[in-house]
Amino acid sequence: MNAPLRRAGVVTLVLFGLLFANLNWVQAYKADDYRTNDFNRRVVVAQYERPRGVIEVGGKGLAENKVTDDALKYLRVYPKKEIYAPVLGYRPVSLGATGIESSENDFLSGESDKLFADRVKDMFTGNNTGGGNIVLSLNAKAQETAYKELLDNERGVKKGAAVAIDPQTGAIQAMASIPSYDPNPLVSHDEKAAAAAYNKLLKDDDQPLLNRATQETLPPGSTMKVIISAAALSSGSYQTDTEIPAGSQYKESGAVIRNAEDEVCPGGEVTLKEALTESCNTGFAKLGVTLGRDKVVAMAKAFGFEDDSMTIGNLEGGGLPVAASHTGAIANPDGSVDKGALAQSSIGQRDVRMTAIQGALMAATVANGGKQMRPYLVQQELSPDRRTIYTASPKTARTPISESVASDLKDMMVSVVENGTGTKAKIKGYTVGGKTGTAQNAVGADPHGWFVGFAFNDKGEAVSAVCVMLENVPGGHASAEAARISGLIMKAAVGGGGD
Amino acid sequence: MKTQRNAELGLLAFAMILVAAYGATVEANRIGEITPTFWVPAALLSVLFLGLHFVVRFTAPYADPVLIPAVALINGLGVGFLRRLDIGDALSEKLPVPGIFAGIGGRQLAWTLGSLILAAILLLVVRDHKVISRYAYTLGLVGIVLVMIPAVLPSSLSEVNGAKLWIRLGGFSIQPGEFAKLALVSFFAYYLVRKREVLSLASKRFLGIDFPRGRDLGPVVTVWLLSLLVLVFEKDLGTALLYFGLFVVTLYVATERASWLIIGLLLFFGGVYLAYLLGASVGGPFANFYDRAQVWLDPFALSNYERLGGSYQLVQSLLSLGTGGLFGSGPGAGSPRFVPEVQTDFIFAGMGEEIGLFGLSALLVVYLLIVERGMRTALNVRDSFGKLVAGGLAFTLGLQVFVILGGITGLIPLTGQTTPFLSAGGSSLMANWLLIAMLLRISNASRGPAASGAGSDRPGPGPKKAPTQLHGAMTEVIQP
Repeated sequence: MNAPLRRAGVVTLVLFGLLFANLNWVQAYKADDYRTNDFNRRVVVAQYERPRGVIEVGGKGLAENKVTDDALKYLRVYPKKEIYAPVLGYRPVSLGATGIESSENDFLSGESDKLFADRVKDMFTGNNTGGGNIVLSLNAKAQETAYKELLDNERGVKKGAAVAIDPQTGAIQAMASIPSYDPNPLVSHDEKAAAAAYNKLLKDDDQPLLNRATQETLPPGSTMKVIISAAALSSGSYQTDTEIPAGSQYKESGAVIRNAEDEVCPGGEVTLKEALTESCNTGFAKLGVTLGRDKVVAMAKAFGFEDDSMTIGNLEGGGLPVAASHTGAIANPDGSVDKGALAQSSIGQRDVRMTAIQGALMAATVANGGKQMRPYLVQQELSPDRRTIYTASPKTARTPISESVASDLKDMMVSVVENGTGTKAKIKGYTVGGKTGTAQNAVGADPHGWFVGFAFNDKGEAVSAVCVMLENVPGGHASAEAARISGLIMKAAVGGGGD
Repeated sequence: MKTQRNAELGLLAFAMILVAAYGATVEANRIGEITPTFWVPAALLSVLFLGLHFVVRFTAPYADPVLIPAVALINGLGVGFLRRLDIGDALSEKLPVPGIFAGIGGRQLAWTLGSLILAAILLLVVRDHKVISRYAYTLGLVGIVLVMIPAVLPSSLSEVNGAKLWIRLGGFSIQPGEFAKLALVSFFAYYLVRKREVLSLASKRFLGIDFPRGRDLGPVVTVWLLSLLVLVFEKDLGTALLYFGLFVVTLYVATERASWLIIGLLLFFGGVYLAYLLGASVGGPFANFYDRAQVWLDPFALSNYERLGGSYQLVQSLLSLGTGGLFGSGPGAGSPRFVPEVQTDFIFAGMGEEIGLFGLSALLVVYLLIVERGMRTALNVRDSFGKLVAGGLAFTLGLQVFVILGGITGLIPLTGQTTPFLSAGGSSLMANWLLIAMLLRISNASRGPAASGAGSDRPGPGPKKAPTQLHGAMTEVIQP
């Protein structure tokens, strides 16, 4: 019996060898994976051991910490609740983080390589200094105005977004979205309560968790005419006073284009400037068809359409993801140009879809002499002891139009606010330009109201560009309310208080 | 022949010093200071083990000197780790450091006392291991009954964490399977000693391997069915593997026929695979096994992780081990409470975070030492019954360590086994100390002067007729 006994001994030896080999796999080879795994609660507890950096605007903390006496030492607090939620996002204990809280997580948590020296110092002093602080480019007054005016709009609209940008730098001055949400319950250390709060928001049909400024694309309506105008002026064959064919009705390949009201460009011809001022649908539909699909699509692309890689946050990379705006295919099934679709697309209908941020970038590009600055939210990164580690240095993202085209387009858009459909956006002491948009969507649904625009101060400097989008505005003149709110946001952004 | 009892004493002292050092490190890391009473648990354990040492000195003087110190080290570290959990729990509730006899650590200390008393009684009463063969059929019956009880009982009285392995009465629970393996080894050994010639000689040759005749397969198939029943109704692959592996190995050792191993492995893995397929298609009693296999195949899949009774435990176990890395955070400096059931099934993972790969490897070596010492006892003892009992017990112990540690490290599907001598719980500790007492008794016979002498003229009141009776029984040979 001894030979098989010896063999049984060898078998146990082999089994233990397997255990040992597997233990090496788990504790040595996979150790780093497991140590930092999302399911590993130790990671969470360690993260809450030191205070997370503060996210601030104008010296005021928007995402701060409160000391608790439970297992996780610091509780994240968002004092301004709904107002900044679409930008800040939130950082919960076990769910995924969003917004700047997510994109700047490394810096806020202190794990960033930029804070390596601070961590080394901690090792010697035994302190647990916090993570780095983030200063946002937002203008507190503009942001609060944007949120408040969206929420208290005069038409009782429930969903909408507003964005304001500094045209010269790309710094985001305001980014608001309604309905919004209070991030505080989501970051509760009571994870069940946090999950329940999250699920409740997720089930809400109005999608409060959606950042409508960056994530929602809707038909832009007549704001699209800015792009058609840019394409026409850039082609060299058109000036602002070039007469273009118009009329009260235009039929093209089965598509019928009418104007919003009978008194808009009923005559046979109208100048390009007048067409934009009055928002002449037939004129622009014909102009788009004349220019051709390629020029229209190329100009939209030059302004940033079809770009699905854009993020708004830190110019060094990372930030809130931005949904790509689209012109749609504008093609027949065989690939040839669908002229009816082109006519409709030229006035921002059919398959054209745009985000609010894209609308604001369009206006900002015109205001900044044709140069589109890359938008950003992170103005500064400060070390725990408030040394400046990074300051945003503005970058040109693209140059869709020349300076002279931009200048002509600016005149045309100023005319819209001075004499046309956008008069509600006027601000005393500033030169305001813009373009309204009223977009039909589903049959029987109220149209969306848009306004894209900009403001120049008395020195002729572009100081703010804005886009306001209101979904399903009842009561006609959908864009008028958007223009009014745009004016108020820009006024707040440039420092004008009260009325 | 030297008794080597003083070597045992020296090793025991060394083991207890390690246990005391472990306790001191725990206090330094957890409480922030080493309390003046850090040495008390180690000292109490020393007294207990010393008691067993003296019982061995007088009743089994030639017993293997490594077994007690090795087991004492693991047992002591187990008590130390459980006390560490108590301290951690109390501090997180902002309560004072608990007393030595409080909490699960204190209870484990009490269980250790009970286990050692049982082991001592066994050594005192059974002066010759061959006596046990007289009660083999009774033990066999007891073993089967113990295995079956949890399967027959309603789930409310027998199920813990999805495995029906328990008898729960009030706040008290017993794992009868732990004791069953002792009874079953004794029965198998007796049965096989009687039948070994039939099983090894009567054969048909097929593909160059000698296969047994159909009618001799009866008992093997019976045990196979029994273990599959365990698998299905007690929802536990580990226990099934344990019983079946135990039987096949003793069968192989008794008959020296590799064909039994082949048949056994084919039957077992065939059965397991069938259960897996049935679980996937039919569900019912097989579903639990199928789920466990899924969990094992991809523990980090969200569908497995978030499912109730899914891979949460295994994942937390792996993360705990991974966090420990090579050297661990140090005793007392980890977060074992993130691992579910860390005081029982997952104690190895909880310790792994704190003592690291090096510490766990050392623990593995100590386990291996115990198993191989048992195997050596089996090799050296003269009588067949003793060989089979010692070999079977040692192999079972090794297999159980493999099944649970393989389970919690993701090597094999996880099953609810206790880690011998380490896990909190009286059944496991008592049964395994009884196992050690048996090994001590047999090793005394194998190393003592009697082993090299005439055979049965040892001192003590053991009945001398047993061995002759046993050897005389090996004549049921039916030639083909």
